[in-house]
Parts: sequence; C-alpha cells; structure tokens
Amino acid sequence: MDPNGTLFFPEQGSTIASEVDLLFHFVLYLSIFFFILVTGGSFYFAWRFRKKGEDQFTPNISHNTSLEIFWTVIPTILVFIIFIWGFKTYLKMNVTPANSMEVNVTAQKWFWTFGYKEGATTTNELVVPVNKSVKLLMSSQDVIHSFFVPAFRVKMDVLPNRYTSLWFEATKTGEFDLFCTEYCGKGHSEMIGKVKVLSDAEFASWLASSSGPSDLPPAEYGKELYKSKACFTCHSIDGTPSVGPTFKGVFGRTEELTDGSSITVDENYIRHSILEPQSQVVKGFQPVMPTYQGVLNSQQIDALIAFLKTVK
Amino acid sequence: MSVAQGVNYLNEDKSLKSWLFTLDHKRIGVMYLFGVMTMFLLGGIFAILIRLELLAPGPDLMTADTYNQMFTLHGAIMIFLFIIPAIPAALGNFVLPLMIGAKDVAFPRLNLASWYVYLLGAGFALFSMLAGAADTGWTFYTPYSTTTSTSVISMTMAAFILGFSSIFTGVNFIATIHKLRAPGMTWFKMPLMIWALYATAVIQILATPVLGITLVLLVLEKAFGIGIFDPAMGGDPVLFQHFFWFYSHPAVYIMVLPGMGIISELIATFSKKKIFGYKLIAYSSVAIALISFLVWGHHMFTSGQSELAAMVFSFLTFFVGIPSGVKMFNWLATMYKGRISFEAPMLWALSFMFLFAIGGFTGIMLGAISLDIHFHDTYFVVAHFHYVMMGGTVVAFFGGLHYWWPKIWGRMYNETLAKISVILVFIGFNMTFFTQFILGSQGMPRRYFNYLDQYQPLHAFSSYGSWVLGLGFIIMAFYLIHSLFRGKKAPDNPWGALTLEWQTSSPPSHHNFDEIPDLDHDPYDYDKLMVVDDKLIRKNGQSEKKETTVN
Repeated sequence: MDPNGTLFFPEQGSTIASEVDLLFHFVLYLSIFFFILVTGGSFYFAWRFRKKGEDQFTPNISHNTSLEIFWTVIPTILVFIIFIWGFKTYLKMNVTPANSMEVNVTAQKWFWTFGYKEGATTTNELVVPVNKSVKLLMSSQDVIHSFFVPAFRVKMDVLPNRYTSLWFEATKTGEFDLFCTEYCGKGHSEMIGKVKVLSDAEFASWLASSSGPSDLPPAEYGKELYKSKACFTCHSIDGTPSVGPTFKGVFGRTEELTDGSSITVDENYIRHSILEPQSQVVKGFQPVMPTYQGVLNSQQIDALIAFLKTVK
Repeated sequence: MSVAQGVNYLNEDKSLKSWLFTLDHKRIGVMYLFGVMTMFLLGGIFAILIRLELLAPGPDLMTADTYNQMFTLHGAIMIFLFIIPAIPAALGNFVLPLMIGAKDVAFPRLNLASWYVYLLGAGFALFSMLAGAADTGWTFYTPYSTTTSTSVISMTMAAFILGFSSIFTGVNFIATIHKLRAPGMTWFKMPLMIWALYATAVIQILATPVLGITLVLLVLEKAFGIGIFDPAMGGDPVLFQHFFWFYSHPAVYIMVLPGMGIISELIATFSKKKIFGYKLIAYSSVAIALISFLVWGHHMFTSGQSELAAMVFSFLTFFVGIPSGVKMFNWLATMYKGRISFEAPMLWALSFMFLFAIGGFTGIMLGAISLDIHFHDTYFVVAHFHYVMMGGTVVAFFGGLHYWWPKIWGRMYNETLAKISVILVFIGFNMTFFTQFILGSQGMPRRYFNYLDQYQPLHAFSSYGSWVLGLGFIIMAFYLIHSLFRGKKAPDNPWGALTLEWQTSSPPSHHNFDEIPDLDHDPYDYDKLMVVDDKLIRKNGQSEKKETTVN
C-alpha cells in the first residue's frame, strides 16, 4: 500500500481529501460501535441464553414500544447528521472556485487527452501546478468513461453527449494514479494515466516547452509521440499484429483495404489515417481507431511520418 | 394421518410426466430449486475463474475480452437466474401455502407457467453465453451496450423473459396470501416470512415491468437503430441509467426482503422465543418495499445528474436504511432470554446478522454523497453489495434451505458437515470480500482485467478466500446430495417450530394438510407451547397429539 496512506485510503493529495476522510472515519467509528453492539450482542445472548438441559418455556416478551421508538429514532438522527455532512462536502466538491485554471479532457477508448489553452496537449498524463485550483471540462468521443484520481478523492463520469466538469486543488507535488472507472470495454483496465503535480515554476516551464514547437529531430520526436500518444497500444514496431497493423516496414508497403482496393502507404495515406482513420481501413482489421484531429498538430504529424519511415 | 401411510408429494407418482405437468406448488418449488442451484453452480464457477485471473496482474488465464464476458455472465446469472428466484420462487413456493395452511397457491397453472418461462429465460441466457457472450456487465449501460458486437440482445431478452417469471410468482403470492389463509389466520397471525414474501411480491409486480420496457427499448435501439439512449442518434445515455436503476434498486429488496423473512423464522425457532416487535418487523418490510422505489439515483451520484437530485436521493437512501436496522435490533431482542440452540440453520442466521450488519453500515457510508464520489465504481462497492447480496440474501437462502430441507425431502443431512460448511463459507466470504473494501477505498476500480502492482497482495488474499468459500460449498453439495439418498428419516418437526408447515408430515402429502388446520396459537407462542417428539406440549402440562390440537 501507499506508504503515505492509511489502511483505508491512499495519501491525501488535494484540499478536499482530508474532509472526505474525516467524514469516512466518523461513519466508520460509529459503525464499529453499532456493529459491536449488534453482533457482539447477538454472540453474547447466544452464549448467555444457550440451551441448557431440558426444554423449558421462554418468557412472553412481545414488544416494548419505548425501546423500539428509541432504536428507531437514535439511528435516524445519526444518519441525518451523516446526510448533512456528506452533502456539505459534496457541495464544496461541486462549486468550482472562480479563478480556476481550465484543462479540456477528452476520453476515448482507451486513453485520455488533456488540452491546455496555451496549445499543449498530452496523452494519459495530466500536468498541473500545485496549490492552484484546476477545473476539468470533460467529454467523451465514444462511450461513457469516468475520471478518477484516488489521491484527490474526486470522480466524475465523462459522457459523449455533454460536458461534465470537476475541480481539485493539489496540495503536494508528485505523481498520482488516474483511472477510468466506468466500464468501457476491452481496454478499460489499460485506460490509466498519471496526474503530475509540479511546482509553479516547473509547471510554467513545462507549459512553455510543450506548447511551442519541439526542437528534437523529427524522427526522434515522432518516436516519442509514438509512446506518449499511446500509438503503441494498437500498433507494434516489431511485426506482431495487434488491434491495428504493425508499423514495421509500413512505409512503402502495399496494403489491401476493406473495400477490396489496394494502396501504397505514403505520406498522404499516413496523414489521412491519423486524421480520418475510419475511411481507409486495411483488410482484416476493425475500424476502431479514434481520430487524432485536434490531438496532433501538423508538426507532430510530420514527426510521426518521419519516425515511421525509420521503422524497418 | 394420511389415508395411505407413507404416501407423499414426492412418491405418489414418480413418472417424469407427473413432474413436468405438476400443478403442486411443492413440486414446482423443488423444480425451481434444481434450476437455481444449477445457476448458482454456473455463476460460482465464473466467480472462481475471475478471482483466479486476478490472482496476479496481467493476463494469466484469459484475454481481456473473455474476462469481460465472465464478469458479465457471473453478474447476470447470479442476479437474474439465481438470487431473484432463489427465495421466493424456490423456497417460497414450497413453504408459503404450507405456512398459511393452504392446499396450494391461488393460481397453480400460472405457477407452473412461471417455471417454464424461467426455463425459457435461462435458455436465452445460455444461448448468449455460447454465441459470444455479452461483455457489458449485468447493468447493460448504454452506449457501450448498443455499440459492442457481442450478443447483448439475447442476454437482455433473457432478463426480459425472466422478469415475467418473477411477475407471475408475485401475482400468485399476493392472491394466495389475500385469499387462501387458513380460517383464523389473521394478517397479524401470519409468520413474518409471509409478510416478507408479500412485500417482495409487491415490488416484483410494480418494478419488473419497468425493467422489461427498458430492455425492449435497448433492443429496439440496437436492432433497428431507433435513437433512445445513444447520443449519436439523439438519445441520452443517462436516461438508460435512470430507467435501469428504477427497477434494479427495488430489485435489491426483491432479493433481500425474503432473506429477512427467513431470518425472522430462524431466530425465533432456534431461540424458542416469541419474536420481539412482530408488528414493527412486519411494517418495516412494507416500509422498505415502498421507500425502495425512491432511491434509485444513489447509483448515479457521479453520472452528471443535478446536485439537487443527488441531495434528494441521498436523503431518501438513509431512510431505507432505518427499517433494516430496526429489524436487526428486533432479532437481537428476540434472542434475549431465549433458549438458544446451534443447529446449522441458526449458524447461518448468526452469520447473516454479522455479514448483513457490515453490508448495512457500508451502505450508510455509500449513501453519504461525498464518500460515494470516492467509492463509486471501485471494489468498495463490489464488497458492499456482496455483503448485502451474498452475506445477506444467499446466506439467508442457505439458512432457509437447511431449515426446510427435512420438510422438503423427509430426510436429515449430516449436522457436523453442515456446521463445517457454514463456518468455511463464513471465513472464506470475509477473506474474499472484506479485503475488497480496502482495495476499493485504496482506489482499485471495479471491472478491471488488469491492475497496478500495488494492489496485488490484497487481490491475492481475496482470491485465496474464494477457495475457502468454494470448499465450503463443495462440502455442502456433498452432504446435501448424500442426504437425498442416505439421509436419516426426518421427523415431522425436527426443530420444534410452531409455524404450520411443521404440523404436517415430512414430506407433506399432495394436499399439504389432511384437514384444514385450525389455529389456536400464534406462530411464535413459545411462552405457551413447546414441541417434544412432534407433540405439542402446553404450559399447563397437558400433552396432546398434534392431530388433536385442532380443538
């Protein structure tokens, strides 16, 4: 388990986490008290009033109105407190502070894309500054997904037909797990990423360097994108067929398409397949690739093409 | 006694035809019992395979696709084909007319029809299993379910058809309880099991049609492209969730209420004590049935529904918890100053109190919205509903099965093995599922084929628990099957209970009672009556043969 966490919770990484944990522990200790009362009581009675010797009649205790009112009313008051408390914390979770930094989140089978106003986009890695409230504006390209960061105690479904949002304020730097928690098919359990919380200065420099053009040589940059944009989950570079065709020797290869025609893979076909992946699918594969329109800019597409030329 | 000694519902006609066309509620109950036990075995095998796959991260036994189909089949089979019919249709069918002193249910033909409808539904489910099983989870959430290529339609049709079987049983029970009670059995002289079955039947009739309509809409969308839930066609996927949980939350109480009925019988019988607060227990069953219709939105706190809706659903959720808590206190008070013995059914009942308490308390945690946000769709929820469904309903079902087993078959099972079995199930269950509370609160999402390394030790421990649990059930299968053939002959009233089903022979004759039973006592009058060697003994010392208790 997490060295900074407790038995029940991972470490507290956001402003709301300690409030959620406090309520949980209140309910937990209350539950333990009543649990011992009821099951401890039943085991005690079971032993104390166990059958001894010959049969005998038992007393006629049919009911006791005041006792019954007592154990109906007391729990009712307690759960009412829990309800109010739970709702108040929930309101805090739902009222986004006005000065929040906004990040667009796109979920699709089976990866996350994060888009920043400044132009940077990342895949499966949400980079945020510490001690600043961040608002996520989320939508899905296909089925329902759900955004969950255990250390922040936040979760919200990501729907295909509307925006949903959530906010958090990270309280410490570091890396935190990010999960999809709404079942979305084959790759559901691979749809995980990281939230990287940086100090203000680190974040500013990261944002500047990620938003502008990259200064790596194109083929190397493309290789990096191949990993960071999760191309590798469906396309191998060692020749093994996966969800999609392998990239090994792809450039210049002649492929038969699902409509029976054939095509030679050139720069235009690759570009076309990245932006409109469903239109010219290689025979024997399903049209399941999502579009990268808006996810990759033209410099990045160029870099990927340069990289594919080197995979032989 | 019977006109011909030794003739009972089991041996009066042994031909296959006499079983397949029987209108006897006891035989139909037994046929249901075979059906649900087969499904429990099937669903259980899937569960063991799932836990085996999760022993270590990464693909071990199966592919992600197969895994997704397995947990869907496990859920759908256990819910629709096992838990929902297990207590009402199998045990309830057998004991309900006996407990109210009736010859049969009100509509025997409808009763038989419900069993055949159940078989048809099971057929669709098995067809789906063989023809590329659905991989949607038992919840069939859109738009995933309308876009996946697996056989979702046959699985939803199975659930649709099984719904009718459930409705038939519900209609039958309500009519039977209203019209066929023995003379003298007023509403407040009914055993609490009957109150529970009555409340269950109300939910079955009112909620199940909504599931049926929802599933038909889903099939229409998938088969004919009519846009209802899919946003690509102008639909709304959250609408499906509302419809689905409008049925499926009350359905939780279709599953658990009859279990509570069984526990009321077991606690009273094995404590030999008048049930404490009879009316409060009876009313709380009805209260649960009514409030259960108004809490479905607590499954959807993270779905994007409005904050106001979330608040209302959270509020009402706590109020459905209260009547369940009240029952726990009443059972506890029933044990006070009793004369408690520890035969296997009582051990099941004590297990129930322990496990259902944990299920209930974690339910309170999940009802608090801000906690639910963290726990939703993690293993915490998985653990919670297994404590309620398995620790509650399934444990109560097996308690009831052991309790009425001598009445159903006229034979006893091996008591020592039965005790070993219940203890193993109890230990294995807690190993398997308590672990999952911690997994879930640590952030492990449910329905994951693969997982991060930090969760491995707890996953492994949970899988070890599933083997202990499985062993408990294997031992049970052994001694129960053994008892069918070699079991000691059961007396009419092995537990000394006062409800009517124990006043007739074991197993009962075709018409249940040879005379209409007359009630001169309440079902829990252990302060006035006791049973020794099948004979009722009154407090004033008179010993009477049970046939003469009529007057």
